[in-house]
Amino acid sequence: MQRLNVAPLRALLALTVALAIWQAVVWLTGVPRFILPGPGRVAAALWDNAALLAEHARFTVANLLTGLVAGVALGVATALNLALSPGARLMLRPMLIFAQAVPVFALAPVLTLWLGYGAASKIVIVMLVIYFPVTSAFFDGLIRLPPALSDMAQMMRATPVRRLFLLQVPHALPALASGLRLAVVYAPFAVIIGEWVGSSRGLGHLMLLANGRGQTELMFAALFVLAGMSLALFAALERLLRTRLA
Amino acid sequence: MTGLALHGDLIMGDTPLIRDLALDMPAGHWSCLLGPSGIGKSSIARLIAGLPGPQRLEGVLHTSDGQPLQGRVALMAQGGQLLPWADLVANVTIGARLRGARPDIPRARELLAQVGLYGLEQRRPTALSGGQQQRVALARVLIEDAPVVVLDEPFSALDTATRLAMQDLAARLLAGRTVILITHDPLEALRLADQAWLLGPDGAARLALPEGATPRDFRAPDLLVAQAALLACLQGHEPCNA
Repeated sequence: MQRLNVAPLRALLALTVALAIWQAVVWLTGVPRFILPGPGRVAAALWDNAALLAEHARFTVANLLTGLVAGVALGVATALNLALSPGARLMLRPMLIFAQAVPVFALAPVLTLWLGYGAASKIVIVMLVIYFPVTSAFFDGLIRLPPALSDMAQMMRATPVRRLFLLQVPHALPALASGLRLAVVYAPFAVIIGEWVGSSRGLGHLMLLANGRGQTELMFAALFVLAGMSLALFAALERLLRTRLA
Repeated sequence: MTGLALHGDLIMGDTPLIRDLALDMPAGHWSCLLGPSGIGKSSIARLIAGLPGPQRLEGVLHTSDGQPLQGRVALMAQGGQLLPWADLVANVTIGARLRGARPDIPRARELLAQVGLYGLEQRRPTALSGGQQQRVALARVLIEDAPVVVLDEPFSALDTATRLAMQDLAARLLAGRTVILITHDPLEALRLADQAWLLGPDGAARLALPEGATPRDFRAPDLLVAQAALLACLQGHEPCNA
C-alpha cells in the first residue's frame, strides 16, 4: 500500500525538479521564446489550444491504437503459424529477416505515396514497425518449450495444435509480453513519423505546422500531449500484463 | 500388462555407451537400473519411452505381449514436467486435453487425494515443495494408466526423508505395473526393486536383493548389509555380487 502512495509522489517530485531546471535555463540564458519557451508559456499554450490539441490527438491516438492492435494480431498469427508449420518457417523466416533489414521508417514516404495522406498510411506504418518485434519475441517463446515438457507432450501423444495452444502458447506469454512492451514503445514513433511524412491531421502534423509558424509553445504543447499519450499507453499495457499474466 | 526385454549395445552418436545389455524386465514387476551419472541410464529411459535423442540401440527391445510399446509408456523424470501456469487438477489432466479427450476431473481429484495433496487442487506447482511437485507428477502418471512406467531418477532432487516417503508412496500406487526405475541411489534400488542391475560400460550386472516385499524397510539389517556391500562395490573396494 505504501509503495502505491509513494510512487506518484516521487514522479511528481522528479517532474517538479525537471520543470525548475527548464525554467532556470530559460531565465539564465535568456534564450528567445521561439527557440525555447519556458514551462509557463507551454502550459498556457496547452490550455489555450486544448480543443485543437484534443482534435489532433484523437486522430493520432485512433491510428496508433488501430495499428497497434492490427500489428499485434498479425504478429501473433504469424508466430503461431511459424511455430506450427516447418514449411512456413522455411518460407517466412528469411522474409521476416529481410523485412527487418529494411528500416521500416524509411518506407514511410513510399507508404504515404501509395496509401495517401489519411489514416491508412499511419496505421500501416505502425503495423509494420511493431510486426517484427512482436512476431519474433512470441515465436522465440513458442519454440523454446522446455525439453521436459516437449518429452511429456510426445509421451502423451499430443496433437500438434493442442501442443501449441496448451503448452507452447502459455509458456510463450512472458515472451509475448516483452514483444508487446517493445511494440508500445515503437508505436508512437511510428505514427508520428507517418504524420511528418505526409498528413493533414494529427499531433505530428500539428508540430510541423507550429514549427513552421514559429509557434514553439504550441509545438512543445503537442510534444507533451504525445509524451503523456505514450506514458498512458505503456502504463495501460503494464496494468493489463500484470492482471493477465500474474 | 507387458514385460520388456532389452538386449544389445547402447550407442550414443557413434560411441558405444554400454555393450551387451541383457535386461529382461518381467510384466508387473519393478526393474531397477542402477548406475553412476553419465553411464547412459537416462538414454535407456528415453529409448524405452520412445523419445528422440542421440541414443540408439543396436539390438532388440521387445515386449512380452508382442504389441508395440508406443503409447503404452508413462514417464516420470526428476522434475520440470509440470505446467507452472496451471493448477494441480489441470496439471494432472493435461494428457487427456493434449490428446483431445475429455479430462476426467473427479478422477484427477481422487488421485491428488491419494498422493496426499487433498485441498491443494487449486494451487500452482510453484507454490508446492519439491516433494509435493513429484506427488503431482505421480498422480499424472497414474491417471495416464499406462502399463509400462519409466521412473527416471524421480526422487533424486528430494531430501532423504521426503525421498523415502515418496518411495513408499510410489511402490504402493504403482504396484502391479511394469516399472523401470532408473536411479543412482543404491538404497532406492534395494528398497524398491524386484530385480536390479548395475550398469557399467561392459553390460549390466544382476544385483542380489534382500528378501521381502517392496518397499523394503530401510531399517532392516539385511537391507543395510546389502547397501553397505553395494556401496563398497560402487567405490571399487569389493567385487560386486551377482
